Amino acid sequence: MMIAWLTNPSNAKSLALVIFFVTFVAIVLWVYGSKQRGKKLESYKNIPFLDEEADTKSAAGDKESKL
Amino acid sequence: MASVSISSKEQYNFDVVRKFAIMTLVWGVVGMLAGVYIASELAWPFLNFDSPYISFGRLRPVHTGGVIFGFGGSALFATSYYVVQRTCQTRLISDALANFTFWGWQAVIVLAATSYILGFSQGREYAEMEWPIDILIEVVWIAYMIVFFGTVMRRKQPHIYVANWFYIAFILATALLHTFNNLAMPVNLFSMKSYSLFSGAQDAMTQWWYGHNAVGFFLTAAFLGMMYYFVPKQAGRPIYSYRLSIVHFWALSFLYMWVGSHHLHWTAIPDWTSTLAATFSIMLLLPSWGGMINGIMTLSGAWDKLRTDPIMRFLAVALSFYGMSTFEGPIMSLKDVNALSHYTDWTIGHVHSGALGWVAMITFGSFYHMIPKLWDTKLYSLRLVYWHFWLATIGILLYIIAMWISGIGQGVMWRTFDDFGNLKYAFAYTVEVVKPFYAMRAIGGMFFLSGVFIMVYNVWMTIGQAKREAAELDAKLAAKLARVGA
Repeated sequence: MMIAWLTNPSNAKSLALVIFFVTFVAIVLWVYGSKQRGKKLESYKNIPFLDEEADTKSAAGDKESKL
Repeated sequence: MASVSISSKEQYNFDVVRKFAIMTLVWGVVGMLAGVYIASELAWPFLNFDSPYISFGRLRPVHTGGVIFGFGGSALFATSYYVVQRTCQTRLISDALANFTFWGWQAVIVLAATSYILGFSQGREYAEMEWPIDILIEVVWIAYMIVFFGTVMRRKQPHIYVANWFYIAFILATALLHTFNNLAMPVNLFSMKSYSLFSGAQDAMTQWWYGHNAVGFFLTAAFLGMMYYFVPKQAGRPIYSYRLSIVHFWALSFLYMWVGSHHLHWTAIPDWTSTLAATFSIMLLLPSWGGMINGIMTLSGAWDKLRTDPIMRFLAVALSFYGMSTFEGPIMSLKDVNALSHYTDWTIGHVHSGALGWVAMITFGSFYHMIPKLWDTKLYSLRLVYWHFWLATIGILLYIIAMWISGIGQGVMWRTFDDFGNLKYAFAYTVEVVKPFYAMRAIGGMFFLSGVFIMVYNVWMTIGQAKREAAELDAKLAAKLARVGA
């Protein structure tokens, strides 16, 4: 009975829309719902700068330091 | 967040990144040259020279395939391999498999371009490759998935940086789109021809489900991955809001898949699919602008860089064009606007404000940042970057202004009736009216291509400089070792 209801495209489409919408709202609430979590999430923005050491050397063009 | 110290850049596989970076420029020249040539054919038809091999119909997919898959695809392979290694702080899981993706992808582009010139085409937009090439793409893409996902799984950094999420969405969506759009039955094993599994309106909807999501995931999501890494790196400050980037990612992923049918307004498809696609297209404006604002606001407090850093200009202008074309797109998806714009040059102008303004400009900016780091040197000339920037910007403006005028002109003329209810303008007359704008478009393309030639020269000289520096370094090292030995 349940499978027959689900396999009807009219029902499946509406159900999928509800599932996607609820999931998206849950994601937004999760992202903005807690100050502490927000702080933690914002700390991830620094990841591209964690292996900066190699870049600094490259930017300075300091080949001598390899010797 | 874990901070992992990196002892040396040698722990990364930059060799495959370098190869893809060079081929990005090669395919950029080939694809854009084909584009300028076919634009010139439209303005000056004698350029067809009565040869089928260089006719518009055959060269057009060489242009689109060359710039989307050759230039854009190679740029995405290069930057995704670069970004995933640096943000996961680990080496690619397999050098051999990464190398296979390089040679496999180059073979795809060469075979596709050759087959188009010889007259083979599936007749599916941005997917003209015949079935044997489709299978090769499938194999290469699976190898790419293994390399990228395997590297993410081996990461030393516990969190997966948002740029990688965009690359993951691009890889998964492209696999899905390519597979289903190309479901076909070959005539026989030794024939290039095949018949699609779909037909009629269903076939049209499948094609534009693929076509628009190729724009959404290949040309947007993946290049946003590029943006989320290279804009902060070049600006020297982290992305404005990491939380906004998460919402940007999920909103884009949820919404894009629904909008393809806006390419088929006023055709035989069910009306509700048209309305659904237009509605979702309007909703897409929110995440698109959220992402654009996130990128632009990263410069907050460092606006002076726009005056002093030409690379930053490329990135900022790319974001501006991203904002502009993601505003224009939803407007054009409205049924009433589409009734005017569809089948006209306005669409071509819209595509190119996205392709040149967003995709190419973000690639140029990212490459000017990445290439000196790949070869461990400084960029040969910043002055040439300025030249490239202005040639590219002027070229884009000439192009899109020409297409706006000719497109809106076409749309208006094609739907003007006289007092007796007959069409007022003959089609041939409308072609004559837009001809000067076709010349203006071709000239815009020439400006843009000249900028690319300057970039190729700058990169060539940068690599040469890096080789000389390495040779000098080796000589000094040898001399020092000899002194120690003595």
